[in-house]
Amino acid sequence: MPVAKVNGVETEFEPGMTVLQVAERAGQEIPRFCYHERLSIAGNCRMCLVEVKPGPPKPQASCALPAADGQEIFTDTPMVKKAREGVMEFLLINHPLDCPICDQGGECDLQDQSMGYGRDGSRYAENKRAVEEKHMGPTIKTFMTRCIQCTRCVRFITEVAGVPDIGMISRGEDAEITTYLEKSVASELSGNVNDLCPVGALTHRPWQYHYRPWELKKTETIDVMDALGSNIRADYRGSEVMRVLPRVNEGINEEWLSDKSRYVVDGLTARRLDRPWIRENGKLRAATWNEALDAVAAKLKAASADRIGVIAGDLQDAESMKATLDLFRALGSKNTDSRQDGAVLGYGPREGWLFNTGLEGIEKADAVLIVGVNPRVEAPLLNARLRKSWIKGGVEIAVIGEQADLTFDYAYLGAGSKTLAKLPKAATDLLNKAERPAIIVGSGALAGEGGAAVLNALGALAKKTGVVTDSWNGFNVLHHAAARVAGLDMGFVPAEGGLTVAEMLKPGALDVLFLLGADEVDPTGSNAFRVYLGSHGDRGAHGADVILPGAAYTEKSGIYVNTEGRVQLAERVVFPKGEAKEDWAIIRALSARVDQTLPYDTLEQLRAKLMGDHPTFGRIDYLPAPVSFDVASLGAKGDLGDTVFTSVVTDPYLSNPIARASATMAELSALRIAPVAMAAE
Amino acid sequence: MSVRRLAKEQPASFAFSKATMEKAEWWIKKYPESRRQSAVIPILWLVQKQEGWVSEPAIRAIAELLDMAFIRVLEVATFYTMFMLEPVGKTALIQVCGTTPCMLRGANELMKVCKEKIGPKDHLSADGRFTWQEVECLGACSNAPMAQINDYYYEDLTPETMAQIIDDFAAGKSPKPGSYAGRHTSAPTGGAKTLLDPKLYDGSAAKPIKKLPNSDPAPVEKAPA
Repeated sequence: MPVAKVNGVETEFEPGMTVLQVAERAGQEIPRFCYHERLSIAGNCRMCLVEVKPGPPKPQASCALPAADGQEIFTDTPMVKKAREGVMEFLLINHPLDCPICDQGGECDLQDQSMGYGRDGSRYAENKRAVEEKHMGPTIKTFMTRCIQCTRCVRFITEVAGVPDIGMISRGEDAEITTYLEKSVASELSGNVNDLCPVGALTHRPWQYHYRPWELKKTETIDVMDALGSNIRADYRGSEVMRVLPRVNEGINEEWLSDKSRYVVDGLTARRLDRPWIRENGKLRAATWNEALDAVAAKLKAASADRIGVIAGDLQDAESMKATLDLFRALGSKNTDSRQDGAVLGYGPREGWLFNTGLEGIEKADAVLIVGVNPRVEAPLLNARLRKSWIKGGVEIAVIGEQADLTFDYAYLGAGSKTLAKLPKAATDLLNKAERPAIIVGSGALAGEGGAAVLNALGALAKKTGVVTDSWNGFNVLHHAAARVAGLDMGFVPAEGGLTVAEMLKPGALDVLFLLGADEVDPTGSNAFRVYLGSHGDRGAHGADVILPGAAYTEKSGIYVNTEGRVQLAERVVFPKGEAKEDWAIIRALSARVDQTLPYDTLEQLRAKLMGDHPTFGRIDYLPAPVSFDVASLGAKGDLGDTVFTSVVTDPYLSNPIARASATMAELSALRIAPVAMAAE
Repeated sequence: MSVRRLAKEQPASFAFSKATMEKAEWWIKKYPESRRQSAVIPILWLVQKQEGWVSEPAIRAIAELLDMAFIRVLEVATFYTMFMLEPVGKTALIQVCGTTPCMLRGANELMKVCKEKIGPKDHLSADGRFTWQEVECLGACSNAPMAQINDYYYEDLTPETMAQIIDDFAAGKSPKPGSYAGRHTSAPTGGAKTLLDPKLYDGSAAKPIKKLPNSDPAPVEKAPA
């Protein structure tokens, strides 16, 4: 390995590293604005100047200078100090002194670095330049006078998000960052440019002037807006979650976050259920917990075991599902289902419903067949990964299902099961030729009547084309619901002879229907006594006979299993609203009233039971190594029929009760439907 | 240079003429298929030649032709001041050099003439036939002061010749480009001052060349023992 000297300390580095990276490896902090590890190198802010020997007798931009063997790098010489002061002074010439009213104030790279590396005062007495504000859409607030032209936003949107909407027009001191004629940025990852912006030029529009960063307390938790389980940090003030920011997790979200996961937080304070309600004479009335639980218990006890059923929702934590499942099994019910989308998963080995390559592992695949899922809508960060590996080259992608703009090129094979039944040679060749082929299937293909047959056909294809071998498992199920894998892992599916979601909702099928945060199905057809346990007054609560207020995902500590099968622990950020309680505790209280007291009094005991019954839940933050399994045995042989695969997530910004309560999501959704109307704003 | 923005009033549409398209295809073919966008500057030039300026529909048309994002073409068009983002005079676009050598030799007087005859800087004249601009150095300092009018340089100008040229354009004539001081390109005014010996030109001073300089074979390096 080549060796360079950083301030006299010998440091080994890998060939191809830049001087900046070598200096960081040696523990030297190099200030920077434009440089970002995950973006291309621009080299235009000049803040990372260092002195290099051998080299010209002037400071060098370390971010764009390849390190060489035997090089001497100096980061603390008088020349470097003076160069940094000079660059800083120039950057501040046109930067306004509005830190006291700037949303970035307190967590601003420019503030921090001018304290660390700048001069103590300004020598600039002339007028500063002013730049008009730009419209960039509902997620990005612009104060372009503050912009220092680092072009991180341009590079992110072009390279990572794949939506080349932002650019820098004009030049020199007139250079401005803007979108084409101020159209909205049409990316589902647009919020990340606000994080990337080293100054306050681009800030979070939904949260503008809502908080100062130093007022916030921070809790590290897990996102539930899609099935990736992105690692987030929820910042709260008092009892309100003010914002959500990504945490770095190379295996899942790298350091990005989708707009939905980020800006859904205003939905946590709107349309909340904060007290129990009971329907009397067709009208809901506020009730006490005792009344509500007694009413539910009376109905559950009166009904026969095969006439009660439970549907678990998409945002449920594993603990509340486990408690509910235990309760209903104890009551003798077989009618339990957690698959609101109706996907026929949950039977056979666990690998049959996991994203087996892992999210990071999908970058290793050299051929990907996407079936019945729009990853850009259902898992934006997975889509960004697919784009990343497509840009790197060496991966061919084909799609069966929706022909959507995925930000990368793919071969379009067909719309639905007909294509799958008579697979074009191109598709089999694609997988056969590849060394590490992968299939990504979503619930768009697995829902409905033909779902089992589709799963079986894909399993057979996977087996035939070497998608699953002893050393590689490329069979991937991409879920869209955060709760799904946990539900399937614990067997929250109908027991032998039990009813599925669709069957439970039929009129006359049940006497008592328990909706555990289930809002994606329409229960109005069922004439059963309906109990809704959840956080928001949404579809499930609509017309319910008893409403039990539960906790949203930021208000309870819970286990979530992401689509890869990675078990992650979400933490409680704030307390549940009003009289609402944590979901598992409500179920536990109910169990005592129906004389089936569950054998756990604390969350720890419940977790111990969960992990004892299903050992996979005990492996927190651990991604299982790929295991080969009999992929051909999945599903059931049958007629594939002629169904068109459409994504179950028709509008990602309105796909769960929290999102539907959020004003920001409504705005994003409107933009999705009618982008022209919004751009003309 | 000030902030460059697209004109407020834009045409409804833009179409490449047949001749422009042919030339554009020629430029695109110079680059590999995956690098089509390399032709963006020549094609912006062609569009400007066709229309006189670069309109917003034209920017979109170029982006579609070259398979680029709209903003990428806008970036290029706003970066280079040679691309006119507003309509300019159909008869003459007069670009007076205002950089130091021309300024010292009287560019300000030329601009005064332009202002009187045409109107304010950077704006279409009342009749829509003329536009004049002040530009940075056009690289003809030895013929200062000078102006570029449409595609040609008009050099060694005086307020009088400038006025005459504008009048000629207005009258539909095409004034002759080049120096207006009666000299050939940038040769000395009033004829040559050096290299006057006729012997230099009749061949009598020429000597046969025996050896070209630096034509010795390179010395062979001895291999180390």
